[in-house]
Amino acid sequence: MIEFERPVLSVRNLNKQFGKGCLNCRGIKGDSLKKNYCPVCGTVYACQDITFEVYAGEILGVVGESGSGKSTLMQCLYFDQEVSSGEGYISSYRNGKTNVFAESSQQKRYIRNHMMGKVYQNPLLGLRVNFTSIGNIAEKLIAAGNRHVGKMEARGKELLEHVNIPIYRMKEAPKNFSGGMQQRVQIAKALSNNPPLLLLDEVTTGLDLSVQASVLDLIKTIQRELKITVVIVSHDLGVIRMLADRTMVMLDGRIVEHGLTDQILEDPQHGYTQHLVQSLL
Amino acid sequence: MRIEYNFAFFDEGSKREIRRATLKAVAIPGYQVPFASREMPIARGWGTGGLQLTLSLVGKEDSLKVIDQGSDESVNAVNIKKLITITTGIKITDETTEATIIQSRHRIPEIPLQAGQILVLQVPLPEPLRYFEPSEFETKKLHAEQEYSGAWLMLFEQIMNYGTMATGADHPAMVHDRYVMAPSPIPRFDNAKLNQSQALILLGAGREKKVYAVPPYTKVVSLAFEDYSFEIEAFQDKCCGLCGAQGVFLDEILDDLTGQTHYQCNDTSYCLQRLNNKSVG
Repeated sequence: MIEFERPVLSVRNLNKQFGKGCLNCRGIKGDSLKKNYCPVCGTVYACQDITFEVYAGEILGVVGESGSGKSTLMQCLYFDQEVSSGEGYISSYRNGKTNVFAESSQQKRYIRNHMMGKVYQNPLLGLRVNFTSIGNIAEKLIAAGNRHVGKMEARGKELLEHVNIPIYRMKEAPKNFSGGMQQRVQIAKALSNNPPLLLLDEVTTGLDLSVQASVLDLIKTIQRELKITVVIVSHDLGVIRMLADRTMVMLDGRIVEHGLTDQILEDPQHGYTQHLVQSLL
Repeated sequence: MRIEYNFAFFDEGSKREIRRATLKAVAIPGYQVPFASREMPIARGWGTGGLQLTLSLVGKEDSLKVIDQGSDESVNAVNIKKLITITTGIKITDETTEATIIQSRHRIPEIPLQAGQILVLQVPLPEPLRYFEPSEFETKKLHAEQEYSGAWLMLFEQIMNYGTMATGADHPAMVHDRYVMAPSPIPRFDNAKLNQSQALILLGAGREKKVYAVPPYTKVVSLAFEDYSFEIEAFQDKCCGLCGAQGVFLDEILDDLTGQTHYQCNDTSYCLQRLNNKSVG
């Protein structure tokens, strides 16, 4: 019998809505959707029927305009938001047979601490900017049950070196760092427990071009070295072109196109994707 | 004009409410039980939490000892004693062994407490995770999920910044392998006395409206890392300049005229008792 490779992350029919919904909302849900906002009750359907899989060592790009639901999807995957409905399976958690979205908040915290890392667009969300840089990395290690200061310090130094933060600045608070350095500390923190899955949410937004390039190079290098699975969200097709193996295009909370990155960029099928690619060129 | 108060200042309903909170606190060691903290004739932050506990527990047969930073005669201790005497008429004592209820600010007496005694500690900040997480809603969730990375991270930060755990007082402790508690600002020297204490230890925070408890014979372990063990304040080769006591918590007193440093028992009644015994002998 042929055994197929099991995806690291599998998401099925994920829905996330903000608001209770009303009878009028039925009109805007479903395939004939034009917008994801109900003008009557104000409910926002941020993610609708999102289904995808990510395999080991793969980089999946999620691209779309502002308000298309990319960041909400990432928040749902990292349990920052409760999903309204849907299922998610992580291969390293209970052999990939338990819906992680239905787990208790304690179990979700366990999954987040042991099996995931996330880099936020805003470093203030991902870091404790008044704590030391090495303390920020140690936070994740402590949360995963590590209680040996020497080992945590060594791991912290190793990671800071890896992301090109000088070791002599490890006791400095990230609030004293530049935006690029803060993002790199976030990346180090996210990688601290060798998670099988790394979530990157608009990591280069707000950085100047040279720093953007260095952060992207860093992500690419780390991904190659550690064979880590990455889901990266961006509205910048250049970032997606550089990093992603496969790409999902989101519009109004739905996936409108999904395929290999080269295919999406060279031969876009959906009108919105074509518009996006034209804007890039 | 003489104002007649109810016995122990409070009306009976108020005392009952505080006792109910106290019973719940005893039933769940280390858990912070919210209670309706009353307005008191002393300012918030001057021991209203401890005072409310004492007043709710005190009976006509009790004898009370009040200490403030080890001293029976400080302004805070004297005023609390005065209030309780006026409203109850119970016996006040300086002897630790004679007292049935001991209200204390920031110290546990040097003489070991016995079964049947109640130690009431005044607590300014009952939440051990407060410096890590400012939101009360979030800290409640963290306690519920037994997620104490924040308390450990604070200690890790101290080690990174000062080379050792630098909690001068209020070193967090795990109670009954379940809840991490702030043991009021007692020095680390006294943390060990909490473990398997024969006496009931109650902690009251009036401003924060919380009561928690360490019932007799409860396991209390001060947080420490595998390679950085918990250490109490060391007074090696030092003894009290008055009574000659060793192995007790000493105050360091600098003589402005001579520039010399003297040491003296912090627990004044213990020191006095030793001096009296010497003079009798």
